[in-house]
Amino acid sequence: MTDTATTLERLAAEAAATAGASPHGEEGERYTAVNSEKNRPLYASRVKVYPKLVHGTFRRLKWLVMAVTLTIYYVTPWLRWDRGPNLPDQAVLLDFPARRFYFFFLEIWPQEFYYVTGLLILAALGLFLVTSVAGRVWCGYACPQTVWTDLFIHVERFFEGDRAKRIRLDKSPWSAGKLARKAGKHLTWVLIALATGGAWVFYFADAPTLAGQFLTFDAPSAAYLFVGLFALTTYLLGGIAREQVCIYMCPWPRIQGAMFDEESLLVSYKEDRGETRGPHKKGASWEGRGDCIDCGQCVAACPMGIDIRDGMQLECIQCALCIDACDEIMDRVERPRGLIAYDTFRNQERRRAGETPRLNILRPRTILYSVVLALVAAIMLVALSNRTTLDVSVLADRNPLFVRLSDGSIRNGYQVKIVNKEHSERIFRVSIDGLEGAILTRPALAGEGTATVIVEADKLENARFFVSLPAERAAAIKGGEADFDFVVTDTESGKIATRSTTFRGPGK
Amino acid sequence: MSEKHKDDVTGVETTGHTWDGIRELNNPLPKWWVYTFYACILWSFAYWVVMPTWPYLTGDGWTYTQGVIGYEQRNIVTNELAAVAEGRSGAMEQIATMPLEEIANDPALMEVALGAGKAAFGDNCAPCHGSGAQGSKGFPNLNDDDWIWGGTLDDIHTTLLHGIRWDADDETRLNIMMAYGRDGILNRSEISDVAEYVLLLSGQPHDGEAAVRGTAVFESQCVACHGDAGTGNRELGAPNLTDAIWLYGGDKEAIVETVSNGRSGVMPAWGTRLDEGTIRSLTLFVHSLGGGEK
Repeated sequence: MTDTATTLERLAAEAAATAGASPHGEEGERYTAVNSEKNRPLYASRVKVYPKLVHGTFRRLKWLVMAVTLTIYYVTPWLRWDRGPNLPDQAVLLDFPARRFYFFFLEIWPQEFYYVTGLLILAALGLFLVTSVAGRVWCGYACPQTVWTDLFIHVERFFEGDRAKRIRLDKSPWSAGKLARKAGKHLTWVLIALATGGAWVFYFADAPTLAGQFLTFDAPSAAYLFVGLFALTTYLLGGIAREQVCIYMCPWPRIQGAMFDEESLLVSYKEDRGETRGPHKKGASWEGRGDCIDCGQCVAACPMGIDIRDGMQLECIQCALCIDACDEIMDRVERPRGLIAYDTFRNQERRRAGETPRLNILRPRTILYSVVLALVAAIMLVALSNRTTLDVSVLADRNPLFVRLSDGSIRNGYQVKIVNKEHSERIFRVSIDGLEGAILTRPALAGEGTATVIVEADKLENARFFVSLPAERAAAIKGGEADFDFVVTDTESGKIATRSTTFRGPGK
Repeated sequence: MSEKHKDDVTGVETTGHTWDGIRELNNPLPKWWVYTFYACILWSFAYWVVMPTWPYLTGDGWTYTQGVIGYEQRNIVTNELAAVAEGRSGAMEQIATMPLEEIANDPALMEVALGAGKAAFGDNCAPCHGSGAQGSKGFPNLNDDDWIWGGTLDDIHTTLLHGIRWDADDETRLNIMMAYGRDGILNRSEISDVAEYVLLLSGQPHDGEAAVRGTAVFESQCVACHGDAGTGNRELGAPNLTDAIWLYGGDKEAIVETVSNGRSGVMPAWGTRLDEGTIRSLTLFVHSLGGGEK
């Protein structure tokens, strides 16, 4: 119990240091939520937020998520994936000049961009589902803005100390020490920002090659431009703008209102348990009052500068740091944890009405999102498993539509485009089907009589073919048009692709 | 304008105007906007110095400040055109000097040649032969397998270089389909008879008796160029009369007109107008249309 006393004393001391830091603070208020509605009039410039470090489950979870996401971001371009000779061996590569996207075993050609669209739809639906179940999980844990801001705040804390020290430092006059701390912080920020922009460009070119070019200063100017651009935005958004990005720039806080409902798990202050709030003396009775001792730790910890006790608000990214802050205090004052916790609006009502709170995850909304998600995932899977490595398209000549030859027969010309998506050369045999009496030929210089087309690995071959029909057969075609098929067969594997096209003649 | 007035709610000064009791806040411009505006003004001064900007009048007429870096859009176009020519020159030089068959066996060169040939065809040949080289009456269809002067690469190349009945070129392809009627060599009934015989040759409906009479006329007047069987002679540019392709039409009326008045279509000699690389590209392109012969 002495522990509680010292904590409260320490908090009081800290509050004294903080006093006056917030221009909108009311008298006697120790921690001010600078971005809460009552403290932020419409016409006012930003008041800096000094989030305090907390310890606990969610802080640990956030460290973990940060480590995992940043590792994925920085390491992915360096993963190698052997695709055979003459092809990039980078696992994830967005190769714009060659018009290919590589994702491990998957290779996307421009005409297959719907796979990327599908992935984006899956991501959006996943976001909807998660939001309807547990609120702004994306915002709170995984959004790059949150992750980098968190990292930048940590750097700031390393150089300038925790909340109270930072406030004092900002209020103190300039000195060599202050300059050194500030310079160290900004320099580290710039380095992180450069690394962020640097990692970004590695997704668009062979990473080791580009890294070598950076070292010898002969990387393409576009690479420097994008490193600079992303370094600048990382520094500005993560270091300077921070919570303003979420509050003013991001559209998602506005959209999410439609995503969650009264049964969604949201980081909330349990008003029914916490009120009436007020300072509590050690040993005093808890009868007739709420569990909230109004220590303001939830406000101090908030990176968005709000007071979670004001209820659900647009600014809240649901990072759950206030839960950790409050749990720490609840442990010290020996009250049960979870005064601030993931809770639903309905459960607040249920508790007030004396009912047992329960989770209602299976709701029409979540079921609908899940079903649509599963449906799109299934479509994607089917499309992916049916993806062929042989793609054929046939273009019939339109100018002229047909040519009369000296023996009176009618000839049509076709461009047969054969796409070989395999990583080795393939030999294809081209034939026609469904046009009786027709003769398939190639231009004289392409090699007489041969219907064999060789397509290099990962390439498209454009082969020209002629189909001729004797005069009497051509004349017999109804309406001058007849459909038939080009059949392209892989001579090795026997795989067949068939494309329908039209033979045109003068008709009767 | 009335005296200064501050809004109670926001504490911001108003513009002083009142519209039915409604006042307008006089918020200052956002700082970022103002600074951007100042930056743009500074930028414009720098721009005046660096880039061509101000027009002014001299004794010789209007001119303008040139700017210190000598920026000039005409130079950019000139440089770009030069770069294209430079980039192509290797391939076009090869195309201009290599044997045509060898170009055809080199896919990379062939791609350049077909592209250049297609472009040159659209610029120079399409007006007569059509955009799809499908020809029209009097202008041969270049897609088919019927060639008056031959359809090998060399034949097409020669035709392109020297033209047909192009007086200015000494080596031009030359022959004459005489005007048998107009010049009084054959009379009307003889012309009608020989036309019936030509219809017979090409397997079309005809008058048998007239055709028999026409045989004698054909043998005396036509075989020298068109051959005993009427299959033509490419050396002389005499068309094959037995096939299904007619440059001026294959019905009785058209044949009578051809025999009566003669035919002498003209194609310019391109050797003096286009460079050798372009002519060879055109050769390969025309050859690739479908009628090319080995």
